[in-house]
Amino acid sequence: MGFDPSYLHRNFTSIGTRPIRPDGIDKVTGRARYGADFNMAGQLVGRILRSPHAHATIRKIDTSKAEKLAGVKAVITAADLPDLTDGDSAMYDILDNCMARKKALYDGHAVAAVAAVDARTAKQALKLVKVDYEVLPHVTDVDEAMKDAAPLLHAGVFTEGVEPRPGKPSNVPKRTQYGHGDVESGFGQADFIVERSFKTEQTHQGYIEPHACVANLSPDGTADLWVCTQGHFVYRQHCAQLLGLDVSKLRVTSSEIGGGFGGKTHVWAEPVALALSRKAGRPVKLVMTRDEVFRASGPTSATSIDVRIGARKDGTIIAAEATLRYSSGAYGGMWAELGAMTAFACYRLENVRTVGYEVLVNRPKTAAYRAPSAPMAAFAVESVVDELAKQIGIDAVEFRIKNAAQEGTRSSYGPIYGPIGIGPTLEAVKNHPHMKAPLGENQGRGMACGFWFNFGGQTCTDLNIGMDGTVSLAVGTVDVGGSRASLSLVAAEELGIDYGQVKAVVADTSSLGYNDMTDGSRGTFSSSMATISAARNAISVLRERAAQMWDIPVDEVAWEKGHAIAKGEKHGNLGRLWLKEIAAASAKTGGPIAGHSELVADGAGVSFATHICDIEVDPETGATKVLRYTVVQDAGKAVHPTYVEGQYQGGAAQGIGWALNEEYIYGKDGRLQNPGFLDYRIPVCSDLPMIETQILEIPNPNHPYGVRGVGETSIVPPLAAIANAVSNAVGVRMTHIPMSPPRILAALETGGKV
Amino acid sequence: MAGVAVSTTINGDNVEYLCQPDETLLEVLRDRLGLTGTKEGCGTGDCGACSIILDSRLVCSCLVLGAEAEGRRVETIEGMAHGERLHPLQQKFLEHAALQCGICTPGFLIAAKDLLAKNPDPTEEEIRFGLAGNLCRCTGYDKIVRAVQDAASVMKAA
Repeated sequence: MGFDPSYLHRNFTSIGTRPIRPDGIDKVTGRARYGADFNMAGQLVGRILRSPHAHATIRKIDTSKAEKLAGVKAVITAADLPDLTDGDSAMYDILDNCMARKKALYDGHAVAAVAAVDARTAKQALKLVKVDYEVLPHVTDVDEAMKDAAPLLHAGVFTEGVEPRPGKPSNVPKRTQYGHGDVESGFGQADFIVERSFKTEQTHQGYIEPHACVANLSPDGTADLWVCTQGHFVYRQHCAQLLGLDVSKLRVTSSEIGGGFGGKTHVWAEPVALALSRKAGRPVKLVMTRDEVFRASGPTSATSIDVRIGARKDGTIIAAEATLRYSSGAYGGMWAELGAMTAFACYRLENVRTVGYEVLVNRPKTAAYRAPSAPMAAFAVESVVDELAKQIGIDAVEFRIKNAAQEGTRSSYGPIYGPIGIGPTLEAVKNHPHMKAPLGENQGRGMACGFWFNFGGQTCTDLNIGMDGTVSLAVGTVDVGGSRASLSLVAAEELGIDYGQVKAVVADTSSLGYNDMTDGSRGTFSSSMATISAARNAISVLRERAAQMWDIPVDEVAWEKGHAIAKGEKHGNLGRLWLKEIAAASAKTGGPIAGHSELVADGAGVSFATHICDIEVDPETGATKVLRYTVVQDAGKAVHPTYVEGQYQGGAAQGIGWALNEEYIYGKDGRLQNPGFLDYRIPVCSDLPMIETQILEIPNPNHPYGVRGVGETSIVPPLAAIANAVSNAVGVRMTHIPMSPPRILAALETGGKV
Repeated sequence: MAGVAVSTTINGDNVEYLCQPDETLLEVLRDRLGLTGTKEGCGTGDCGACSIILDSRLVCSCLVLGAEAEGRRVETIEGMAHGERLHPLQQKFLEHAALQCGICTPGFLIAAKDLLAKNPDPTEEEIRFGLAGNLCRCTGYDKIVRAVQDAASVMKAA
């Protein structure tokens, strides 16, 4: 579906307004039902036993005592989840992550599970499961894991992407490379070169709602799963494959979701709950504790990144390269690859090369976290860009404007850009009053750019018109932050009716065709495309019905502002037929009126943002305070601007936490030392200022209204913007995230030489 | 384990229940009484999603035993609106889009109600510190603070 240029000058009636969301009232009154708020008659409580070791062979699991405990209805181990993955290695990894098969690969790895009549009995039963471990040497640091002498997580991993294939196994499953031009010759022409190494620590998505589900598997092979997820169709696919069920016999209903940010995109405990239900013959409710959420779900990668950029005296970047090492936890992923693709995506570069290494460590399997992998790469690159601008003696914003990618630029990861927003966000920042505001002592200002691809994907939507003319919109993309409001606006816009006449719901997997999950900032982008298409299909039915009612040919009927009109002078006396009138007559004109749409939403427009941040640093304690924060981002077209602002603000806040405080801390024993919100401290209200936003609208040529995804890009610039601000405040280049007080003090003491 | 018989008042209604001695008030509310509007985010008093008001005091219900509610007054999110009429804080949270996923919202509303009861005219800083016991991962708090400011001015004018 291409962009319709006539929309540029169109006066939208619904798009761009800010109505109250349809699911709002349930959420402010406590009536909304999340993962843990659902119960089934006769349900049991499930609990998972987790490895206390970072790396251990599982010699034997004795469940006999637990099984004998009164009230225990099922105990399962990996033997109860036989391998049905049939050579699909990605699914095998998910299976092994759900329940360790031969080895426990991280502190928190599931090894057994129980279902009992209540939580107390289940907890007691876990203590009676005896696991005989042979503890193995472990490695949790990304650089250590790459060394020859590092303990191997998987004996059969040989690095892909290296010619010839290595003869020895390693902890590096994959090497990837992107770029174009001749980097070495580029550096040869450079007048200034800055080269630095950076580290970022592992963080968690930190959704407030722990993973939760209720599973019911019947002996006839049908099953129901209620679960908080970003993608119930994907969960259905995973669970059906792992449990050996027919896809159509497993109905998955997505609950309201209490935050995901990428962390609820693949299954963790759901196959375990289904396996427990199968064995016990009763429904099983399984809710993770916060400790389990930290130890066994999420997190993002820890990274180690080298960046080298060269520029001419006139401020033109002539060569750029980066080597990116991303931890992927105990299983392979594509995290370094995404880092390598996004690192230099903001710039117009003649010679660029990035190399990514996925690195296995004894930590939980890395999951996506909002624009996964891009924030760390941006931190490293944007830090060097700032430093290079200083060396050349050019303003940091002007330097970026001079080198910004444009329409027609070949991106560092391959494709040629269409119309993009990097230049406009930089111009907006240059002119923003924030950039001119005075700074006090120990205060610094930083700015940085960020990029994210965005994604479209498979989408299916139903639009049904009721007999009273109101509209039910059934979508299959989980609403993570207001998309039912934005999609209702889109349906109202197309049909020419009031927002209040549309009710959007997220349909379960048995009621709608397959939808990819809500990831890649695709919720509103892709489902709005499908909603527009479904609404247009409904309009053609409405026109046919009006034609019947008038007894004129259908091509003489047009649709305008919620009613059918007969075109041409000869029909001058026919007046108009309102949606409501056509709907009321539907039983006599051919039955229910609906519009359906199934499509692959190609053409998600890439997204750019530029952030500005002011920080004050206390030189005695190393403590930081964010004084002011501004987000400028291209939305293509903001469907519900308030929720667009919300995405900008939320991403910035997560980035601030990541930059300044959040990190996984592992002990020498390989165990996570801070698996709770007390010691893994995410930003609270008193840590932050208001977060100013500016929405730019550079239409996406591939969407009828010009919409781009907006959810993720906002977490990309903060690490870098804050690092630049802190570096400017203290006069020392910060190279290790998070910039917690001890790290800032250490940097001050050593003058940046670690 | 014998149950403890508890007689208490929840949202103005007399309620009696049996609970285990080690059962938290949060578990009683959610699992025994079906009041699932109060959420569990951590179970350790760090996130504030389970905030309730116990005899005019804001507490994390995961840190209170069910047995401790004996003879006391409990206010939860389910008691915040009066019939169809939303509390001004609820209304302003909707108008300002002060929620995205909404899981923290009941806790924030209860905490904000307690804050405004004690300080009807808070500064931005007082709101930020007053709500610092509640975690929100979606909004960056901006719209929450604005909603509370707006509700405070509406309530003062009323």
